[in-house]
Amino acid sequence: MAELVFWFVAAITIISAGFVVLNNQLIYSAVALLFTLFGVAGIYVFLWADFIAGIQILVYVGGILVLVIFGIMLTNKIKSVRISHKSMQQGVGGAVALWLFIFLSLALSKAPWAISAAVEPSGTVREIGILLLIDYLLPFEIISLLLLGALIGAAVLSRGDA
Amino acid sequence: MDNIMITLPLLILFLPLVSFIILIFFGKKLPRQGDWVAVGSIVATFFFAIYLFIQMILEYDPGFSHGASFSWIDLDAFKIDLGILVDNVTVVMLLIVTLVSSCTHIFSLKYMEGDIRYSRYFAYLGLFTFSMNGIVLADNLISMYMSWELVGVSSYLLIGHWFEKDSAADASKKAFLTNRVGDIGFFIGIMLLYSAVGSFAFGPIFDSIASGDAITGLTLTLAGLGIFMGAVGKSSQFPLHIWLPDAMEGPTPVSALMHAATMVAAGVYMAVRLFPIFTPDALLVIAYTGGITAILAALIAITQNDIKKVLAYSTVSQLGYMILAVGTGVYTAAFFHLLTHAMFKANLFYCSGSVIHSMHHALHKVHDEKTDPQDMRNMGGFKEKMPVTYWSMLISTLAIAGVPLFSGFLSKDAILAGTLAFAQHHPQHFLLPLFGFGAAAITAFYMFRLIFMTFHGKPSMKDTFKDIHESPKEMTGPIVLLGTLSFFIFYTLPYFNPISDHGWFTDLVVPQTSAVPGSMTANEIREHAHHAHYLAMGLSIGVAAIGILLAVLMYVKNVISPKKLSDRFGFLYDWSLNKFYFDENYNRFLYQPFLKLSETVSWLDWELYDKYFINGFGRITSLLSRLSGKFDYDGIDQGLVDGLGRISGVAGQNLRKIQTGRLQNYLLYVVAGILVIIIIQAF
Amino acid sequence: MHSLDSYLFISAMLFCLGVFGVMTRRNAIAVLMGVELILNAANINFVAFSKFNGMNLDGHIFGLFVIVLAAAEAAVALAIIINIYNNLNSINVDDAAELRQ
Repeated sequence: MAELVFWFVAAITIISAGFVVLNNQLIYSAVALLFTLFGVAGIYVFLWADFIAGIQILVYVGGILVLVIFGIMLTNKIKSVRISHKSMQQGVGGAVALWLFIFLSLALSKAPWAISAAVEPSGTVREIGILLLIDYLLPFEIISLLLLGALIGAAVLSRGDA
Repeated sequence: MDNIMITLPLLILFLPLVSFIILIFFGKKLPRQGDWVAVGSIVATFFFAIYLFIQMILEYDPGFSHGASFSWIDLDAFKIDLGILVDNVTVVMLLIVTLVSSCTHIFSLKYMEGDIRYSRYFAYLGLFTFSMNGIVLADNLISMYMSWELVGVSSYLLIGHWFEKDSAADASKKAFLTNRVGDIGFFIGIMLLYSAVGSFAFGPIFDSIASGDAITGLTLTLAGLGIFMGAVGKSSQFPLHIWLPDAMEGPTPVSALMHAATMVAAGVYMAVRLFPIFTPDALLVIAYTGGITAILAALIAITQNDIKKVLAYSTVSQLGYMILAVGTGVYTAAFFHLLTHAMFKANLFYCSGSVIHSMHHALHKVHDEKTDPQDMRNMGGFKEKMPVTYWSMLISTLAIAGVPLFSGFLSKDAILAGTLAFAQHHPQHFLLPLFGFGAAAITAFYMFRLIFMTFHGKPSMKDTFKDIHESPKEMTGPIVLLGTLSFFIFYTLPYFNPISDHGWFTDLVVPQTSAVPGSMTANEIREHAHHAHYLAMGLSIGVAAIGILLAVLMYVKNVISPKKLSDRFGFLYDWSLNKFYFDENYNRFLYQPFLKLSETVSWLDWELYDKYFINGFGRITSLLSRLSGKFDYDGIDQGLVDGLGRISGVAGQNLRKIQTGRLQNYLLYVVAGILVIIIIQAF
Repeated sequence: MHSLDSYLFISAMLFCLGVFGVMTRRNAIAVLMGVELILNAANINFVAFSKFNGMNLDGHIFGLFVIVLAAAEAAVALAIIINIYNNLNSINVDDAAELRQ
C-alpha cells in the first residue's frame, strides 16, 4: 500500500515537473510547479523529514510560488508586450538532458553507496533546533544576514526612481 | 742518265705551273702583261721534250722505261704512292703537248692582242699545260685522276674566257658538268680496282689482273667500263659528246690546243695506258661507242655552216675513230692517229683562226658587227688573199681525208685494217668496219666542202673581201710548222715507204698484251691486222676518193646543187643541222624531270617537314607550357593555396555563429562540454 | 521503505528536467522555475542521504538552508526580472542579448 502511494507521489512530482518545462502557457507552468512542490513535500514525508516537508510547503509553495505568480502577473501585458513562451533548442537541449539523465542513472546505480540503517524517529524538529543553535550557529547567523541583504536588495531594486 | 730522265720530265711538269702562279698574281704589272713568261716557260719545256725525244730515238728500245715515285700517304691500312712513269708513249705524248702548247702560245700573241684579260689567259694556258702533263706522266690512278679533274677546270676557265657572253658562260659550264658525269664513272672504276687490288699504281694493278685472282669477270668488265666512262666524258664520245661543239665559244687557239690535240686526246691516252685491264666484253662496248660516235659526228658535220663547228664535229668523229681502234685491239694505231690528228687538227684550227681573225678585221673596218665572221657562207675565194693559210689548210685536209702521202692516211689506214681484221674474226660485228669506212668517206666530203666554201668560188661579201689579208707571222709560223708535219715522212723514218706505217713510231710504241687472261695476245692482233692491211688500204683510198669527188661535184663544179639536195631530204637535213636534237632531248628527258624532282623534294622539306613536323614540335611545346602554366596558376595557386585561405575564412564565418549572445546556448555548451569530459574520464 | 536508488533516481529526473527547462525556455520566469526544480532535486538528495545514513540530520539542516536561500534568490531574481521588464518591455531572454556578437 505504501509502495503504491509512494510511486503515485513520485509520478505526480515528475509529471508535473515535465509539465512545468514543456508547457507554453506560463500560468499553467506555475500551477504545475505548485503540484511539483507538493509532490516533493510528499517525498520528504516518505523520507521521515516531517519538518522539512512542512517548511517546503510553507516557504516554497506559500512564498516562492506566490512570488512567481506575482511576477508573472506583473510582467504579462497582453496588449502591447510581446511574450514568447515558445521554447528554443528543444532538440539539442532535450538530447543533452537525456544524456545527462542516462549518465546520472548509470553513475548512481553503479556507485557503492555506504548505507546504514536507521530507525524512524518520532519527530525531527527538536533535533534540528538543537543542531541549528549549537552545531550550525554560524551558518544560521550568516544566513539571517544574507536574508537581510536579500530583503534590502530586493526592496532597493524594486523601488525604481521613486 | 737515269737522273736526267726523271728531272727533265719533272721540269716539264712544273715549269708551266710556275708560269701560272707568277702570271695570276703579278701578270697585270709585268711588261707586256707577262706573256713572255708564259711563252718562255712553254718553249723551254718544248726543248726539254725534244731532248727526251732524241734520247728515246737514240736508245730505240721498245722497253724504254724510267720511273720514280714517292710515298704520299702511308697509313697501315691505306697507302698511296705518287710518281711518274716515263716510257716511249710518255715521251711522244709530252712532245705533242709541248709542241702544240708552244704553237698555241705563239699564235695567241697575235690572236689575243688587246684582249681584256690577256695575262689571265696565258696564266690559264700554263695551268692547263701543267695538268695535261700531269695526266701524261702519271704512274698511278690517283694522280691521273687529280690531273684529270684539273684539266677539266682549266677547260672551264678557258672556254669561258669571254664570260660576258652568255653563250660562252653556258658552254663552259656544260663542258665541265658533262665531264663530271664521265668522271663519276671513272672514279667508280678506280675504286673498284683499288678495292680488289689494294693499290692505285699501274704496275701492281696489271700484275694482279694477270694473275687472275684479285678481280675477274663481270667486276673487271665493270671496272674497265667505269674507267672508260672518264674517256667518254673527256674525249667527247656518244652520249656525252654534247659539250665539244659548244666549247668552240672559247678562243680559237684554245680550241686548237685543248679540243683538237691534247685535252680530248687525254681520254684516248688513258685508254692506251690502261689497255691491259679491259676485258673483251668491255672492249666490245668501247669499240661500238667509238664507231657510233665516229659516224654520228660525221653526219652532223656535213650540214654545219660555222667553220669551227665543222672542225669540232670532225674532232669528235676522229676521236671516235681512236676509241674504235682501242676497242678492236689495235690500240697503238689509236695512239698513232692521236699523234697525227694532233698535228693536222691543231693546224686546221689555227688556219680557221687565221681566217676568222682576218674576217674580224675586215668586218670591223666597215663597222659591221652583225655578220658572223665564222660563217662559211660569208666567205669564199680567200685562196689568193691568204695563200699561206690556204696551202697549209689544204695539206692538213688531205691528211685528215686519208689521202696517201700524208700522215693521216697511215694512221687511219692502220685503224681501218684493225676493224676489218676484227670483223673477219667476229663476223657478227660487221657494223664496226662499216662505221669506220663510212665515216672516212663522209669526213673526206665535209672537209673538202669546208675548203671549197671558204677558199674557192666567188666571195659572198664583196665589200669586205678587199680587206681580207694574210695573218701576221706569229700566226702563220705555227701554221707552216704543223702543215709540214702533216706529211707522211716524219712518221715513217727511218723508212721511206709512203704506204706502210712502218717507222720509228711503230717500232718504239709496241702494244702490250692485255693483262686480262684469255685475251688475244698483242702479236695475234698485229698479225690479223697485217693480213687485212692491203684490203683496208684499198678500201680507204676508194672511200676517200668518193668523198672528195662528191664535194668537188657539189661545191666546185656545181653539178649537184646542195640546196636542191637539202630541200629533197629536208627531214634528214634538219636532223643533221640540229645535231640530231641531242641537247633538246636531254633537256626534256633528263634535266627538266630532275629539276622537278628537286622542286618536289624541296617542297617536301620546306612545306611538310619544316612546317608540320618541326613547327609541330614548337607548337606542342608551347601547348604543354600553357597547360602547365594553367595547372600551376589555376590548379595549384588558386586551388590549393587560395583554398587554404578560403577554408579558414569559411570556417571562421561558420564558427562565428556559435557566439549567439544567448545565455541558454552557452549553458547548453557548458553542460555538453562537461558531459564529454566526464565520458572521456570514465573511459 | 524504498531503496536509496529510487530517491536518487527521482531526484536525477527532476534535475534533468530542471536543466532542460533552464536551457530551453525563453521566458525568464520560466527559467527561474527550472532553477527551482534543480534546487528541489538537490534537496531531495540531501534528505535522502540523511535518512540512509542513520538519520544524520545534517542533511536536513542543509536542506533547510537551501530552501531559505532559494527563497532569497527567487526574490532577488524576480526583482531583477521586473526591472528588466520595465527597461526593455520584454522578458524574453533573447532580447537581453547585449553581449551578442
